[in-house]
Amino acid sequence: MFNASLKQLSIQLAGKKISSTELTSEFLQRIQQLNPEYNAFITVNEELSLAQARAADQMIAAGQASPLTGIPIAQKDIFCAKGWLTTCGSKMLSNFVSPYDAGVIERFNQAGAVNIGKTNMDEFAMGSSNETSYYGPVKNPWDHAAVPGGSSGGAACAVAARLACAATGTDTGGSIRQPAALCGISGIKPTYGLVSRYGMIAFASSLDQGGPMAKSAEDLALLLNVMVGFDPRDSTSLQREAEDYARDLQKPLAGLRIGLPKEYFAAGMSNDVASAIEKALDEYRKLGAQTVEISLPNAPLAIPVYYVLAPAEASSNLSRFDGVRYGHRAESYSDLADMYRKSRAQGFGPEVKRRILIGTYVLSHGYYDAYYIKAQKLRRLIAQDFADAYRQCDIIMGPTTPTVAFNLGEKSGDPIQMYLSDIYTSAANLTGMPAMSIPVGFGDKNRPIGLHIIGNYFKEAQMLNVAHQYQLATDWHNQSPV
Amino acid sequence: MTLSVSDVKRIADLAYIEIDDNEAKETLTQLSGIFNLIESMQAVDTSTVEPMSHAQSVVQRLREDEVTETDQRELYQSIAPQVEAGLYLVPQVIE
Repeated sequence: MFNASLKQLSIQLAGKKISSTELTSEFLQRIQQLNPEYNAFITVNEELSLAQARAADQMIAAGQASPLTGIPIAQKDIFCAKGWLTTCGSKMLSNFVSPYDAGVIERFNQAGAVNIGKTNMDEFAMGSSNETSYYGPVKNPWDHAAVPGGSSGGAACAVAARLACAATGTDTGGSIRQPAALCGISGIKPTYGLVSRYGMIAFASSLDQGGPMAKSAEDLALLLNVMVGFDPRDSTSLQREAEDYARDLQKPLAGLRIGLPKEYFAAGMSNDVASAIEKALDEYRKLGAQTVEISLPNAPLAIPVYYVLAPAEASSNLSRFDGVRYGHRAESYSDLADMYRKSRAQGFGPEVKRRILIGTYVLSHGYYDAYYIKAQKLRRLIAQDFADAYRQCDIIMGPTTPTVAFNLGEKSGDPIQMYLSDIYTSAANLTGMPAMSIPVGFGDKNRPIGLHIIGNYFKEAQMLNVAHQYQLATDWHNQSPV
Repeated sequence: MTLSVSDVKRIADLAYIEIDDNEAKETLTQLSGIFNLIESMQAVDTSTVEPMSHAQSVVQRLREDEVTETDQRELYQSIAPQVEAGLYLVPQVIE
């Protein structure tokens, strides 16, 4: 049951082979038993989860079920959920019980899905190892000495360790794809604007995008069908006709042109990753696809550009945390400014402060053009590179990360080394293109390796088809560490 | 570009984050490293490129100026650090 696909579970629920209440109780028990070791969840609330499960059972009995009705899904603790503690991995929000639901949570609630708990994450989604969480690091279920990746590290761990049927994540520079790769699961960041950002605590608004994390591409398609949709409360939400993201899963891949950016197959990628990616590409060639070398000349600038734009937007977004209306307030202070300064100094961890300071600096008088505008210009060049590349290919592939999961503590003292683990992923956030990671084998110390698949705008159905066909031909996605 | 400890303190002041001398020194080392990474942007000529502020070139949506939210003051204030008579309390600002 813990290994079942969403489709299988949906059939069992519809056929009354199992009730949502039973399914939810089994997962809650499993979380109770294993979470003390993994630390994948910040909050579990049996009462709220079971109430949703009972409501789902009633929906099923009344013949009102949809594909996710009654299925336990873990929600990243960045999504506000009414009545749930919603911390965003920060001390700043350690007392924040959300008075409202995020757009994404509303959509899952309407579908009758069960919120099985709120997953651990890097503080305010700023990190690539889950080590910046105020609630402690998460362990990689494949190797407890390794990080799960981040920022959606708890979500990736929960899916890999089978503590939830699927999970939500958010991705600002790679935060769905990098942990998915390091934990051996599948995850997709959709095209910017498809998934509502309403109630999703903002990090860098022009880059943030929610998306699903699951055991397979087929599961991701079902989750996207629920998560995607226009939300008037998000000013950048796109108004488009609804799509069925599972519609193309069965299409053969003959004739598919896969672009391989030479910049992503250069120095920096470790041998074990290179060899697993090469084997995956061989599998695609067997499936009828052809590979073509392409070039993204400005791609190496994605990290510096990202570390100007994301902190700039973060410094502005995080100014709302001032200890006045919600969140942490210092116990003693001399005046209003001192209250702000102390509350923020106490409520934010070192990485969050660092990024606020970088952002404040690049937006400050005299530096705005040299950093912020310069980065926005380079952002356009990077987007142009991708547009040019898509004239030669249908889809782009490469490694999701340069190495397998690193050890807990290995990079936590060196921000730059940490930032470089998003070297292949951040360009898709800058351009707004959809991108995903699927497991394609194991490397050093038997730790998982992810294949990065980048699509053109709104090509999620095609990407899921490409991922699903690989998963029909291989078994990596079915392997579990537990 | 070279940052100094006083730059770090000035930025922290702008960002309303209290920082002591030791923290400022430690932060200086880290920020200097990060700004070295960022400096690599300057190698590319972008004099003819328009800045890209957003992934999608969409026009800001407008809506009718109508009330769509209900009054939930009590609910929202129930999680506030300090409230009195429906008001959020902060230290006195005006003498």
